[in-house]
Amino acid sequence: MSETAMDRIAKATPPRVARRIKGFSDRTIAWIFVAPTIFLLLAVNIFPLIWTIRLSFTNYRANRPNAELDWVGLRNYQRILNDGDIWQTMQATAHFLFWTLFFQVLIGFALAWLINRKFKGNDLWTTIIVLPMMLSPAVVGNFWTLLYQPQIGLFNNIVAYFTGADPTSFSMIGDVALAPWAIVIVDTWMWTPFVMLICLAGLRSIPDSIYEAAECDRASKWRQFWTITVPMVLPFLMLAVLFRGIENFKMFDLVVQLTGGGPGNTTTLTSIELKREAFEKWRTGYSSAYGIILFVTVFGLASIYVKALNKVKER
Amino acid sequence: MSSFSVTEPSDRQKWIAGILVVGYALITLMPLIWILATGFKSSPDAIAYPPKVLFEPTLEGYVNLFTTQTRQTPEYLEANPPTTWYEEIVHDKGMVIAGPSRFGGRFLNSVIIGFGSTFLSVFLGTLAAYAFSRYRIPLKDDLMFFILSTRMMPPIAVAIPIFLMFRSLGLSDTHAGMILLYTAVNLSLSVWLLKGFMDEIPREYEEAALIDGYTRFQAFCKVVLPQATMGIAATAIFCLIFAWNEYAFAVLLTSGNAQTAPPFIPTIIGVGGQDWPAVAAGATIFLLPVMVFTILLRKHLLRGITFGAVRK
Repeated sequence: MSETAMDRIAKATPPRVARRIKGFSDRTIAWIFVAPTIFLLLAVNIFPLIWTIRLSFTNYRANRPNAELDWVGLRNYQRILNDGDIWQTMQATAHFLFWTLFFQVLIGFALAWLINRKFKGNDLWTTIIVLPMMLSPAVVGNFWTLLYQPQIGLFNNIVAYFTGADPTSFSMIGDVALAPWAIVIVDTWMWTPFVMLICLAGLRSIPDSIYEAAECDRASKWRQFWTITVPMVLPFLMLAVLFRGIENFKMFDLVVQLTGGGPGNTTTLTSIELKREAFEKWRTGYSSAYGIILFVTVFGLASIYVKALNKVKER
Repeated sequence: MSSFSVTEPSDRQKWIAGILVVGYALITLMPLIWILATGFKSSPDAIAYPPKVLFEPTLEGYVNLFTTQTRQTPEYLEANPPTTWYEEIVHDKGMVIAGPSRFGGRFLNSVIIGFGSTFLSVFLGTLAAYAFSRYRIPLKDDLMFFILSTRMMPPIAVAIPIFLMFRSLGLSDTHAGMILLYTAVNLSLSVWLLKGFMDEIPREYEEAALIDGYTRFQAFCKVVLPQATMGIAATAIFCLIFAWNEYAFAVLLTSGNAQTAPPFIPTIIGVGGQDWPAVAAGATIFLLPVMVFTILLRKHLLRGITFGAVRK
């Protein structure tokens, strides 16, 4: 390892030199450099988290700050786990998560594989495909409501052109059956390039020599794909799924602008429900407990997943 | 079809791949082109059935975006002929310009909060990343993981206590509050990315400077920082794009004074619903800078969006 050699140099020289020269010692500089970051993260991330945990055991309401505060113990948590609406939003989130990941992995990997055929101008087209991912989800999501309009929307008219259906006969964001798919489509449009970029890095990390060796062994292209390409890209693909999974579990801006959680509760994802509880019904204690449950869920699932990811990497 | 390497795809393969990728790119571009085009449509054209691909361009949407208007009597309009091109556009609809709209202010808020938080998070991030990269700090791995895990919390859940905290500190709906908040959110990205860039700068350069009699701090300023310029610039753009696009905190914690453009643009309404040309005009102005930055950033994209987990 080159790092050990580096560490030896670092250990050997700086203290001796530092003692000779004026100015702060290394240790002091290290702490001066790190302290503001740690302080800010404690103030804006950890302190609120602890506060949320505290609030989750109370019946506090942010719109009535002077009301008497009651400690209700675990009652908020019990109520959430027995609340039918909450389970419905969990189902909507699961549907959203599963299908967005499914389509993004499928299309993203296919695109990366095609771009890796190294045709002329692939860099330019890769950059163009990446554009939607970098834009403000709220602004773009809002504009998609125009594209989804039954009569005048571009989306409906294009679908109508190819299927022969009447563009006024369906409403993507107004129909209970279609709305969950409307948000899947827009999220897939936006975030497929993310999976594509990571897959592309994976494909490019495979040395040509492996394929050359396989060719010498007369392995078919099909076999090469399944025994070389897929296993070697898998850790990258799993990393992409981890990132997208965490992001989509927290999804708020895009969907709240597109459907606002409706029609009914069909696209009310967990974050949208959380916002309603916290900032419309002002049930601060209850929503704090809900937030903690969500955080623990994401954290737990992500930890298990990272373990699996490391196992795949070691193989 | 002769190729020198067995791994080089054939010409036919390249053609098919190229056509499929370009096809996907064009489909993916369509909503963006539609935003651009709608900005130049008149109100009836924007909601025409069937949707109009060809139309007579007008700046009506842009004028609506930047101004507020009132309807006037024909006599009044007759007596006060328009003097500028934008007054003329409004005049033709039987309206007069009453004053500037709130869009300019919201856009300026986005700029102030975006650049302010970017500067702070890159400044603090550079210092922390240097320390994490060069020194043996106790519990370093735990601290780094802690910094990353702050991103797993749903923003709405954190928004509740931050809302309460800001309210008691008088930071609600202020630029300072939003800059502080976005700085904290961006710090995780900034530290992780910059640590990666710093790790790639050989230590030997600083060692040489130290032996030449520089202090640690001088070595950091004169040797490390110039080497890290590209990395710092890329990190800054990623932080800027995040702050620029952020919506959840902005919509919950700001209302008038410090509201940024993302929560504002969807609320632009005209007569009887959303004024789509104005919304599209606002979106175009708001999204174009990000598109330019994306093209500039393309070499660092992977690193930025994966917190440095994937380097190319």
